[in-house]
Amino acid sequence: MTEPVLSVRDLQASIKGQHILDGVSFDVAPTGVTALLGRNGVGKTTTAKSLLGLVHRRGEIRLDGERIDEELTHRIVLRGVGYVPEDREVFGRLTVAENLDLAARDRSELDLVHRLFPELAARARQLAGTLSGGQQQMVALARVLQNRNRLLVVDEPTKGLAPRVVSEVADALASAAESVPMLLIEQNLSVVARLARDVVVMAEGRVVHRGVAAELFDSPARLQALLGVHREEPEAAR
Amino acid sequence: MSTVVLLAVTGLGLGALYFLVASGLSLIYGLMRVLNFAHGAFLTVGGYVGFTVGKHLAHGASSWPGFVLMLLVGTLTGAILALLTELLLIRRLYEREIEQVLVTVGLGLAAVALVNGAWGSDSQSFPAPAWTARTTSLLGAEIPNDRFVCIAAAVGVLAGLLILLHRTRYGLIIRAGVENRAMVTALGVDVRRAFTVVFVIGGAAAGLGGVLAALYNSTVSPGMGDALLIYAFIVVVIGGLGSILGSAAAAVGVALLQQFTNYYAVTGLGDFMVVLALALVLLIRPTGLFGRTA
Repeated sequence: MTEPVLSVRDLQASIKGQHILDGVSFDVAPTGVTALLGRNGVGKTTTAKSLLGLVHRRGEIRLDGERIDEELTHRIVLRGVGYVPEDREVFGRLTVAENLDLAARDRSELDLVHRLFPELAARARQLAGTLSGGQQQMVALARVLQNRNRLLVVDEPTKGLAPRVVSEVADALASAAESVPMLLIEQNLSVVARLARDVVVMAEGRVVHRGVAAELFDSPARLQALLGVHREEPEAAR
Repeated sequence: MSTVVLLAVTGLGLGALYFLVASGLSLIYGLMRVLNFAHGAFLTVGGYVGFTVGKHLAHGASSWPGFVLMLLVGTLTGAILALLTELLLIRRLYEREIEQVLVTVGLGLAAVALVNGAWGSDSQSFPAPAWTARTTSLLGAEIPNDRFVCIAAAVGVLAGLLILLHRTRYGLIIRAGVENRAMVTALGVDVRRAFTVVFVIGGAAAGLGGVLAALYNSTVSPGMGDALLIYAFIVVVIGGLGSILGSAAAAVGVALLQQFTNYYAVTGLGDFMVVLALALVLLIRPTGLFGRTA
């Protein structure tokens, strides 16, 4: 197998003294989407934040073989890790254009952003705080996708969005994933089934399953055991 | 009528001083979450260094260039003090709020003690140019020119800050950082540089305020910074942490309230009214007049 773009070994993290991650280890393949799954509160978002250095963490994190676990957040991002946080976290008091300007590095992929989200150009001067949830998610994605990245870390991009918007966001992620590997945290299993090739499942601060997405989705019993869900027929993401 | 005009312009002059201190405090807290209790010391030392330069000028400070030089020296002193404070002390204590408070309070006390030692504890008359003490007639009121100087300086600083915040990349980083600092770093921006910029700008404004406060009071004294700092904190809270326009509006409001109450009611009641206004704002709108609601 080719070298992973990201490899995580024995990642430990605590927030406000509480132990959240207890030795998380997994790889992200150099192409395609790797989904990080698990029930609420198992540490998926903390894992994403740990990769970015946004929470205090220990363990080994390598990006293309180089250690990044001692680095500051902005340096990790400058190495080419694009981060789309849970709850979008757009700057509500800045305009759409300012949100994008702030995150601009090389802007080599600006054409892709304009193609994916034509709406944003028309709303460039609007305050991001006045946008709908779906539009804010587009801003959060555009901020990251405008630059060339080596890895995208995308945390619950469809959370709280209407079904039509979910499929738009999934389209955008699919386009982005053609050129950049992605670690995707997502509760909507239809979106996961559509996008992900590999899956990593967490429970109680540890990884409990690694494998191919299709195999997991083909086994209702395993899906039930790992995620506690019966998968319904995918609709929104199609 | 002339009394009202005199009180209003004098109040605006005082408000200008509050703003020069509060604008820095507000940006520093808004972006860095640092309560800088040493900010008054930046003002005091800036005032004293400006004062000393003025005293040693060949023609005193009575000329325009001499006065401008004092202002520049005070501003620069505040900026350098702030830069050193940020790089040597604050930078090591990010996210450690108790330690920051202890260090800035300690620095403030030490700086004032040093000023006491170096220049003496008595207030000394400030070598202001004669034209600042003359008056200009406005709507029947004879208003000392130094009030206009303070107001003009504060308006200039306000305009400069607004240009910085809305027309430059640093301004963009500062505005974003006030809103969500962690997310700024998560977009690949080294927010610490903006911290230093904000700290230095705040120190410069306080240093400028030191020379202007000396002009306004006609004296320098070791306690001048702390006297203004208390009201500046009130201004920051009323205006909304991190909001420059909020600080400007609150500075004017607080100073006018103080002036008019002290004159028309009882001297000293104005100060009490300011605290009352603070309590009311905290009860009705805890984020301040221009602050974000959560």
